[in-house]
Amino acid sequence: MEALLNNLTATVIAGFVLTIILAIVIHVMA
Amino acid sequence: MDFLSQQEWWSVFIRWLHIISGIMWIGHLWYFNFTQTPTVPKIPAELRPAIVRYILPEALFWFRWGAVATLVFGLILAWLQGYLGSALALGIPDPHPHGKTTAIGWGMWIGFIMFLNVWILIWPNQQKVIGLVSATPDEVNAARRIAGLASRVNTLLSIPMLYAMVFAAHRY
Repeated sequence: MEALLNNLTATVIAGFVLTIILAIVIHVMA
Repeated sequence: MDFLSQQEWWSVFIRWLHIISGIMWIGHLWYFNFTQTPTVPKIPAELRPAIVRYILPEALFWFRWGAVATLVFGLILAWLQGYLGSALALGIPDPHPHGKTTAIGWGMWIGFIMFLNVWILIWPNQQKVIGLVSATPDEVNAARRIAGLASRVNTLLSIPMLYAMVFAAHRY
């Protein structure tokens, strides 16, 4: 986890992956 | 005044303050992560104090108080709009679930975690880095690592948080 966070590009990509997961969660819940 | 009630005018004003403060907060967060942190190691050692003594304390001021203002104006706005409780519950108890409260509720919770990161992890550790709190060189290095990781977590969380906030405002 720390290795991912120390890499800015990996952090941003993880942020977008998390966004897609969140979009699906919101879609399912709403 | 006919086309908007007095309460709606308050919502317009508070929403504007929420967005301005949010940009102040996340703008500085991204400055730290995209500009300052990657660049400082490239700066000659004798010039680094300029960042730590002058730029960093000022940036941290607008950063942490921007976080407070964003949270306060956001909570007032949700209360004025009448969906504070519903959003905090992610819209689950609503008899007719509405995507707006689910989406903005997720944004609020992610933003709240980020706010706690600022005040519990980033700021107390940065106070050691900028010398407001005395610490040994080892403690300063440990503080820099924890503050940096918490800041990076907030950069990670800011991407889905902004999606949830903007999606809620523009999709519904």
